[in-house]
Order: sequence, then C-alpha cells, then structure tokens
Amino acid sequence: MSTEATALYDLPGPRTRRRHRFYGVLSAVVLLALIGWILHLLFDTDQFTYTKWMPFEYKGIQELLLRGLGNTLKAFAIAGALSVALGGLLAAGRLSDHRPVRWSATAVVEFFRAMPVLVMIFFVFVALKVQPLPALVTGLTLYNGSVLAEVFRSGVGSVERGQREAAFALGMRKSQVMAYVLVPQAVRAMLPAIISQLVVALKDTSLGYLITYEEFLHAGKLIASNLDYDLPFIPVVMVISPIYIGMCMLLSWFAGRVSRRERRSPKTDAVDVAAAEPGTLLPGGDPPTAPRP
Amino acid sequence: MNVLTDNFATFARGFLGTVELTVYASLLALLLGFLMASFRVAPVASFRMFGTVWVTVLRNTPLTLLFFAVLLGLPRFGLVLPFQVFAVIALGCYTSAFICEALRAGINTVPRGQGEAARSLGMSFGQTLGVVVLPQAFRAVIPPIGSTLIALAKNSAIAGAFSVTELLGTYKTLSELGYNIVWTFVWIAVGYLIITLAISALFNLMERKWGIAR
Repeated sequence: MSTEATALYDLPGPRTRRRHRFYGVLSAVVLLALIGWILHLLFDTDQFTYTKWMPFEYKGIQELLLRGLGNTLKAFAIAGALSVALGGLLAAGRLSDHRPVRWSATAVVEFFRAMPVLVMIFFVFVALKVQPLPALVTGLTLYNGSVLAEVFRSGVGSVERGQREAAFALGMRKSQVMAYVLVPQAVRAMLPAIISQLVVALKDTSLGYLITYEEFLHAGKLIASNLDYDLPFIPVVMVISPIYIGMCMLLSWFAGRVSRRERRSPKTDAVDVAAAEPGTLLPGGDPPTAPRP
Repeated sequence: MNVLTDNFATFARGFLGTVELTVYASLLALLLGFLMASFRVAPVASFRMFGTVWVTVLRNTPLTLLFFAVLLGLPRFGLVLPFQVFAVIALGCYTSAFICEALRAGINTVPRGQGEAARSLGMSFGQTLGVVVLPQAFRAVIPPIGSTLIALAKNSAIAGAFSVTELLGTYKTLSELGYNIVWTFVWIAVGYLIITLAISALFNLMERKWGIAR
C-alpha cells in the first residue's frame, strides 16, 4: 500500500488491508502462473536448445548485430539533428509576420503531421528511388520536424506575455525579442517535450526494417531466418527487444529527469507549461513527459 | 486520375482494410487501456505494478518490433490466427498503453476537492469514481483519446508491410501493374487524410457536445 494520500478511498483499515493483501497474493500467484506458462511454452517449443542460441557466440553474428545497432543509432542521430533543424525552421515560418510564409509553413506542418510516417518513407523509397538510409531519414525528418515545429511554436507562445511586451518596450526588434528573450525561455521549458519527440524518432528508426535498411531489427531478421541455427526466431526477439526497449526507456527517463529539473528551475518561471496541480487524485506520480504513439 | 478510376476496387479494399483494422484495434485499445488505467489506480499493489510495467514497456517498444514479435513470433508457439487478428492484437496492445496514460491524466485534471467532497458525503470508492470523478474526467479526456486514435490509424500502415490487406499495401499491386507510382501515393495519402480527418471530426463533435475547458 502506498503511503501517499489519495482522495479516492479512505486509508484502509485492518480488515481491508487484509483483503488487499489477499488480492495481492492472489494476483501475484496468477501472474507467476502466467509467467510459468510462458516459460513452459518456451521450453515446450524447444526455444532454449543449444543450436538456437549458438549463433550469438559467433564473432561474425555479434558484429552483424553491432553493425545493425550502429546503423540504427546513425539513422537516429541524423534524423534527430535534421528534425530539430527543420522544426526550428518551420516554427520560425509559422511565427512569421508575412502571411504567405506563415500559411505555407502551416500547410506543410499540418500535412506532414496527418500523414503516416511509413507512407512518406515508402514514397521516398519507392517513388523517388532513393537508398534506404536517406529515405528513412527523410521520412523521419519530415514527420518529427513538423511535430517539433508545433512544440517550438507552442513553447514560444506560452512564454508570459509581459516578457515579449517588455522586450518590445525596450526597443528590441522582433528578431532580437525572439533570439534573446522568448526562445531561450521557451527552449528550456520545452526540452522534455523535445526529448520525448526524439524517443519517437528512435522508435521509428525501426521502420527502416521495412525498407530493407540494414538496421538492428534487420540484422535480427537475418539471424532468425537462418536454417543452420534451426530458425532461432524467439531467441533473437529475446536478445533484441531488451536492447531496443532499454534504449528508448533510457531516453524517456532522461526526458522525465530534465522535466523534473525544469519544474524546480526559476529560469522557466515565465513559461506557462501545465501549471503544477495542488494535488492529484491518483497515487503514484504522474509521468511528466511521455513518448507519443 | 485514371490510377484511381481503373483500380477503384483495389483502393476500396485497402481503404476498408485500414478502416477495419483501425476500428477493431481502437476497441481493443480502449478496453485494455481502461483496464490498465483501473489497475494503475487500484489499491492493490501488485495490480498497480502490473499496470505500470505494461505501460512503461509498451510505450517504449518500437511498433515495428512489436509487429515483428507478434506476427512472426506467436505462430512459433503453435498459435495460428489470421494475420489481420495478429495485427489488431499488436496495434491494440501498443495503443492501450497510451490510452491508459490519457485516462490517468484525465482523472488527474479533476480537482482533488471533488473526490474529497464525495468521500465526505459518505460515498464508496465505486460511487466516488463512477458518479463524481469519471464523468468529469471523461470530458477532459476526449481530445487526447482522439489524437491517440488518430495515431493508431496512422500506425496501422505498418500492418500493410506485414502482408495484411491495408491501404498502404495497395501500392505494391499497382506498381506491379505498371501504374504511375507518384499518383498511386497521392491517392493513398488522400485515403489516410480521409480517415484521420474523419476521426478528428468525430472527436471535435464529441468535444463540442461534452467537453469542458478546465
């Protein structure tokens, strides 16, 4: 039982606590049974035979996996950097004083946010006949750049009005107001949102598998479809998914950490990001930032 | 233009495939998401832990990896189902994690005093949640659920790459028939725009009817 106060139910008395403990034990037993059943299935279908795990001992296979991981990280690094740049550009376009610029930037952002990333990647790959890596990076950049443009724009928009007015009153030009006053405050407050968008980009690099970009999942697929090792599909999934999920979790955790830091920092006081609630109804802290689907 | 008129049947089949996938996966995601959200609020610690693990893991799983594991992995355990069903399972489970968080965030927008007042009137846990908190949370939760479901519709494109009949998959048939690939993609894009705009229109309508600004 958590010690945090929650308004949804009273602090349980001795009898309720006993009942809860009973439920807890019961559900733990059910969960353990479930895990046991899965393990039984795994053993039953011979997933732990030596032949199936043997490939991971080979230097060549390890190098194949590492190269795949490297390619994934490479695609992520390029796509991430380009997305942030494109996001900044599009956000500047949307905040422009010139109507045609604003409208065209809005059209671009809205269109690419409404399209599935995979459609863009396939379009670049199939219709424009581009190599897998540039195709993947283009698709990811267009999508994540458009989303980040919205993040940047709402960030700048959420800086307290007085800041902008004071800067204009000091005689700054619009570019100065942006560069010296609004953007520095907005970026600090938006950093968690930016990082969690990068988690989305990292997750979506796995789409490269579908256009035969030689990334991590693709390397796994190569090993999994090898008849010599008795098609070690499940072992491959068991090796690959913890690494993939771990990388994404690490980045998400980092976003959460940055967000908690920002909330304490006086430098972001003027930015109105989701004001802290006096108290919440639910036990357990609310994760401040989350990767979007 | 004749890319569309000549192959209307192919496009229609793909379009309906995407719609079907979206609807079934949405239902599964809403159901599982609600279940997980109630697990995460439950007074029993092991339920809470299960909900937390479910959400944390699924939210950080690349959807392609999940599709890979579900569509190609589950048959290894002797579980043979149509690919369509596997795709619905993968999409539904993935999206349920986001639905769960949207619901939780929605409950958190209800001011604490509401729950406390209900408790002090002597309402039980069920009454507090069902009569006071959830009806208010529902109103706040409409826009985030809408955007999650739009994301689901867009993510269903991945199923096409795993040989499920679906809108994006139609490009393969048409390019083999030698049609202009650019125009094919234009019509695929139009199809996706119709679906996402329809979902967002539906949720706008719901929000206008029930939503509130807090």
